[in-house]
Amino acid sequence: MAVLDISDLSIEFPTRRGILSAVEGLSLSIEAGEILGVVGESGAGKSLTGNAVVGLLEPPGRVSGGTIRLNGEDITHLSENAMRRVRGAQIGVIFQDPLTSLDPLYTIGRQLTQTILTHQKLSAAGARDKAIQLLSEVGIPAPERRFDAYPHEFSGGMRQRVVIALALCCDPCLIIADEPTTALDVSVQAQIIDLLKKLAREKGVATMLVTHDMGVIAETADRVAVIYSGRLVEMGKVRDVIDTPRHPYTRGLMDSIPQIGQNLRTLPNIEGAMPRLNARPEGCAFNPRCTQTLDRCFRHVPPLDTTADEQRQVACWLLTEQENRKETAYA
Amino acid sequence: MINFILKRLLQSTVVMLFVALISFFLFNFVGDPISNMVGQETSTEDMEQLRENLGLNDPFLVQFARFVGNAVQGDFGISYRLQRPVEELVAERMPATLELVFVSALIAIGLGVAGGLFTGLRKNHWLARLTLTSSLIGVSLPTFIIGILLIYIFAVQLNWLPSFGRGEVVQITDGWSTGLLTGSGWRAIILPAITLALYQTTLILRIIRSEMLEVMRTDFIKFAKARGLKSRDINYGHALKNTLIPVITVTGLQIGSLIAFSIITETVFQWPGMGNLFIQAVQFADVPVMSAYLVLVALFFVVINLIVDLLYFVVDPRLRADLVH
Repeated sequence: MAVLDISDLSIEFPTRRGILSAVEGLSLSIEAGEILGVVGESGAGKSLTGNAVVGLLEPPGRVSGGTIRLNGEDITHLSENAMRRVRGAQIGVIFQDPLTSLDPLYTIGRQLTQTILTHQKLSAAGARDKAIQLLSEVGIPAPERRFDAYPHEFSGGMRQRVVIALALCCDPCLIIADEPTTALDVSVQAQIIDLLKKLAREKGVATMLVTHDMGVIAETADRVAVIYSGRLVEMGKVRDVIDTPRHPYTRGLMDSIPQIGQNLRTLPNIEGAMPRLNARPEGCAFNPRCTQTLDRCFRHVPPLDTTADEQRQVACWLLTEQENRKETAYA
Repeated sequence: MINFILKRLLQSTVVMLFVALISFFLFNFVGDPISNMVGQETSTEDMEQLRENLGLNDPFLVQFARFVGNAVQGDFGISYRLQRPVEELVAERMPATLELVFVSALIAIGLGVAGGLFTGLRKNHWLARLTLTSSLIGVSLPTFIIGILLIYIFAVQLNWLPSFGRGEVVQITDGWSTGLLTGSGWRAIILPAITLALYQTTLILRIIRSEMLEVMRTDFIKFAKARGLKSRDINYGHALKNTLIPVITVTGLQIGSLIAFSIITETVFQWPGMGNLFIQAVQFADVPVMSAYLVLVALFFVVINLIVDLLYFVVDPRLRADLVH
């Protein structure tokens, strides 16, 4: 059974000028010990999906359809108090900016023990031991000494380790890491990525890694989900998606990554910009930027096609077209 | 830390010397002290004699040094009007003013913090909107109108509370008489304290509210929520504590202004405090009292500012760190 199972999730924002749908019919699942990368441009809905899982959508945003299951239990519409018990205990969250994620006025030890004591019945000394053990697990040197240090006494990378320790406080089965490396130096990024991988392998934590950095995904994730304008457009094993992207958007993304050694005058990019939520075109949301559109692309939203490969899901009419042609050829 | 305190003390001394200078000028240039002291029938020779005796013909620096020397010992001369040493008059009146300011500050901080938290955390609650709208009244109505309104309603119409004076007072020590130990004293302090506190209450309320709204949007509050902390811990432990620096700054300054603003309230309620003494001194050009009051209020401000600066270090570990390095 998957640790996290999202099926047909929709998120919408009621506004004065009508309802904006930010995420539409999104389905994905993560197994224990697996890292699922979720990529997309800013505003594609990847962070929203993460927030929806932990019940922290900013009002007026709300889940308007679908279900979110954690270890088989439906947590889509839990009460605020019940959800609070799930957050931090079963689901750990890591945010983008370690410099601002910690309360500057408390020692990191205090923040750790506070989180532990909120969710677990431990003595103060027990919580302290556990906190020190967590700090050493995430690679903070001399954790007993650093226990009483304030956030400003740590470097960015060390602070992100503290943030990860905080997310791991109560041995969660799922970690949602929202751009965990974006604010860090490249060398520190690699360390944090290694740490996340180690946690998944050794502790069997399921990880949802939200990022816009394909490089991070390639190094870290087992599978990747590509989101465009609130819809899943392609999902599959990382190597497959990177080596042979099948959706035109994913292909565009891959082509946009400059290679070292290439001598380029202009960086390749995908023409145009992602449509705003209130101006999403009819049919496939990518159609204004796509170079290979069919008539159908402007009329109907392409369904996720899983016929070709169980591990691979792509939502594009072109591929359905090819399948059809193949089928007619066989017939 | 010690260094910092010494530096601040030095700065405070400079400020106080400057205030003393202004106060000294007041002495010498607002009217002629001699003609204030003597009657109309005094001859010019006698006046010159008095001038010489009082040292008013000495060079400027000598006079100023004498003034500061006396002021440090609490000696501000003899009141022209009451013919008594100024320090006696001020010492008599100080308990009344400080008690009024103390009760007002309690009201302002208590209601301000509670109201600010409520309107900041439940910003869409109808009561929060109502509080916020009515707090505009507190900011925009002048103190004397509020005082007169309160007197009209609670003293004249309802006859619940006295309209003036301090009620019965009890002498605790030689220098301190308190109204806070008698029923009539408490009844008397309610209206002036509310009048004085209203503006500060609304100010503190609005600052805490806007700071809370700001802090609730920060990443560490979002992260605290994501860790499943109880909302009580988040609101009071993390959010409120992070609003404290600006709140302490403003509250400190406001307590200083409470002392300064008490002039109006004391006049409206005929409260026998320093403010009242000062207003009477102004009417009679009683310069020694005026300059003593000026120096004293400045001293209160300087001391409060010093306390505020020290409180920063209690609240914010980042500032403590800067000091060590």
